Amino acid sequence: MLINRNIVYFTIMALLLIGVGLFQSWNVSLSILNLCLISAIMALGVNIQWGYAGLFNVGIMGFAALGGLAAVLVAMPPVEGAWSAGGWGAIGGLFLAFISIALAVITYQRMSAGRTRSIIIIAICVIGFFITRAVFGPATHAIEDINPATSGYLGGFGLPIVLSWPVGGIFAGIAAWVIGKITLGLRSDYLAIATLGISEIIIAVLKHEDWMTRGVKNVIGMPRPVPYEVNLQTADWFITLSSTLGADPVGFSSIFVKICYACLFVSMLLIVLWLSETALKSPWGRMMRAIRDNEVSANAMGKNVTKRHLQVFVLGSVVVGLAGAMLTTLDGQLTPTSYQPLRFTFLIWIMVIVGGSGNNWGAVLGGFVIWFFWIEAEPLGLVLMNVITSGMAEDNSLRLHLIESAAHMRLMTMGLILLLVLRFSPRGLLPEKSS
Amino acid sequence: MEDLLNAFLLMSNFVFVPAIAYGSQLALGAVGVTLVYGILRFSNFAHGDTMAFGTMIVILFTWWFQSMGINLGPLPTALLALPFGIIVTAIFLLGSDKLIYRFYREQKAAPVIYLIASVGIMFVLNGVVRFIIGPNDQRFADGERFIVKAREMKQYLGTAEGVSIKVSQGLTVITAIIVVIALFWFLNKTRTGKSMRAFSDNEDLALLSGISPDKVVAVTWILVAILATVAGTLYGLDKSFKPFTYFQLLLPIFASAIVGGLGNPLGAIAGGFVIAFSEIMITYPYKKFVAYVVPGDWKPEGLVQLLATDYKFAVSFIILVLVLLFRPTGIFAGKSV
Repeated sequence: MLINRNIVYFTIMALLLIGVGLFQSWNVSLSILNLCLISAIMALGVNIQWGYAGLFNVGIMGFAALGGLAAVLVAMPPVEGAWSAGGWGAIGGLFLAFISIALAVITYQRMSAGRTRSIIIIAICVIGFFITRAVFGPATHAIEDINPATSGYLGGFGLPIVLSWPVGGIFAGIAAWVIGKITLGLRSDYLAIATLGISEIIIAVLKHEDWMTRGVKNVIGMPRPVPYEVNLQTADWFITLSSTLGADPVGFSSIFVKICYACLFVSMLLIVLWLSETALKSPWGRMMRAIRDNEVSANAMGKNVTKRHLQVFVLGSVVVGLAGAMLTTLDGQLTPTSYQPLRFTFLIWIMVIVGGSGNNWGAVLGGFVIWFFWIEAEPLGLVLMNVITSGMAEDNSLRLHLIESAAHMRLMTMGLILLLVLRFSPRGLLPEKSS
Repeated sequence: MEDLLNAFLLMSNFVFVPAIAYGSQLALGAVGVTLVYGILRFSNFAHGDTMAFGTMIVILFTWWFQSMGINLGPLPTALLALPFGIIVTAIFLLGSDKLIYRFYREQKAAPVIYLIASVGIMFVLNGVVRFIIGPNDQRFADGERFIVKAREMKQYLGTAEGVSIKVSQGLTVITAIIVVIALFWFLNKTRTGKSMRAFSDNEDLALLSGISPDKVVAVTWILVAILATVAGTLYGLDKSFKPFTYFQLLLPIFASAIVGGLGNPLGAIAGGFVIAFSEIMITYPYKKFVAYVVPGDWKPEGLVQLLATDYKFAVSFIILVLVLLFRPTGIFAGKSV
């Protein structure tokens, strides 16, 4: 029965995408498909946190952005002279900051509580802060002064961009470990609030640390894991291929590139999905569900709830970071201003809840369905507004206002979908299998 | 001596006065969050957008009054529109409780479900506000701009620095004091207020002694409507109204409520000022201040700013983290961990 439902829903989804291909264009259909695939991976990550363990992460945007940062650091070619100008100073500054925090933590753990300890810790923090600033400030200025119009940042290591996907996962995992260490074991609300905070801060760092990400000047033209359209159009094998298919090489080249991306993403999705399914069916997965369903009794059985929560929180964030790096790879650019909480955090949540929390296939389906409607809702909303206001005069101010605001309808619709699904079908489209 | 006076005036102008106003706004917001937490037992993520919604209604009424030529002379017209904003917001909150939260209360759902529901409401409010008034900045302050002008004060004292106090800042502090006093009078002296505190302390016991949960919840939402609309309007008068800023206020507001101990209104007020003062003091460039304090003509080269203004959210976050690490129940004992 459940298998049937799986097949039916995924077939409908495929038909919808094919429909877009036939009626709009294959280009549009494939771009939607690519983002559906990335959304599905992100939703899988969130499902690991929420579906397996019941952890509410409101900072998905931040973890995805760390993936984007990884793409820049791994794949961009290094900027000439930037390392010698201030690269070591910048790294050294970060290292000093790390050392002062570590020192403060060690002091806190080793010394007995009392006024002396507090004074020493505060002294370490203050001195560490100023030393860090003294090393870090001039170094970053030196980096930012190198050709600010075209570079003005450190650049990356010039490695293949696919490598940045696991690196993005590691970045997100480290951030998740820190946050989890602080807030897990306290009330569930604190995790939510802390993740909300860290994601805002990560975005602020990406926007303002020009030496690392060029800030709001954006990093553009990132290397690709797939061929470029212009190269394809002049390659002999490609011209022969398109002529056998009876397609125009110029138009077909962009479709071909998108298909290459889709193949990469599908293989990533299958790997992550396979790993998640295996984990869920393993004794570890059973333990996680036991903890989620009844923390007290799992604790009584000798399971360390906080430690398991930390583990699963880090794992889920790694997957989100991976998807974030893939997204930046697909975009070919890092634009910190494009990270909006509604698009990156709450939309992913809706995917998981609508798809079916606790069920990996559900999360994947949710990723597809919600992304599809998120994209298609705008033209549909516009059509709807045009129909509603068709009786009004062409220059009626209410009509103009309604048509202009049609884009904001999406937020409202998404909120309503979340509330309705949570209320009337809390188990989602593909409910979790009850064992 | 005169240098020290100048330094003090400088700090008052750029740090103390703005921080007191911002602290009052945060405190009002945090009391709203803490009340929901105390009575309904979840962190209301929709609070920032509730503030935006209430402020939007106030702005719409203000524009209407302005178009009819009604005003309050030196005071902003928005004050006149405030009661209407509160009424509409209260109706919205009561409606959302009836449609959404009540169902989960009857089910005795886990707190995290309420949290997700509040995120859904946040989305809807976000859409409604942007749909009606748009995502851009709106200014709606009118009347006099300043109570005290820096220039006049300089002339009067004969100093190089002066303090300016905006009408919106003065109004913020006075309104906040009135609202807080009224709130505590209500919670401590009236029968309904006492039953609310009883409900917050021990729900089962309160139910046993015949307190009606529906009434307690309804009154809570009305109080939240008052607090959110007043806080949002004051913030909008002081700075400007932009829906996304109100969403971002969520973090400092939560931080204030947690620093003061979730569920503890008095703590939330203290937390609001702690967050506001740290945020402004840490991001203020002390260049001029140092020049005044240090004897001689020496001036520091940089801005002497501890943290760039862009990272002001990091300040509330770091304070939040420190409190969670060392005193998870807040500075003043709040609800359980």
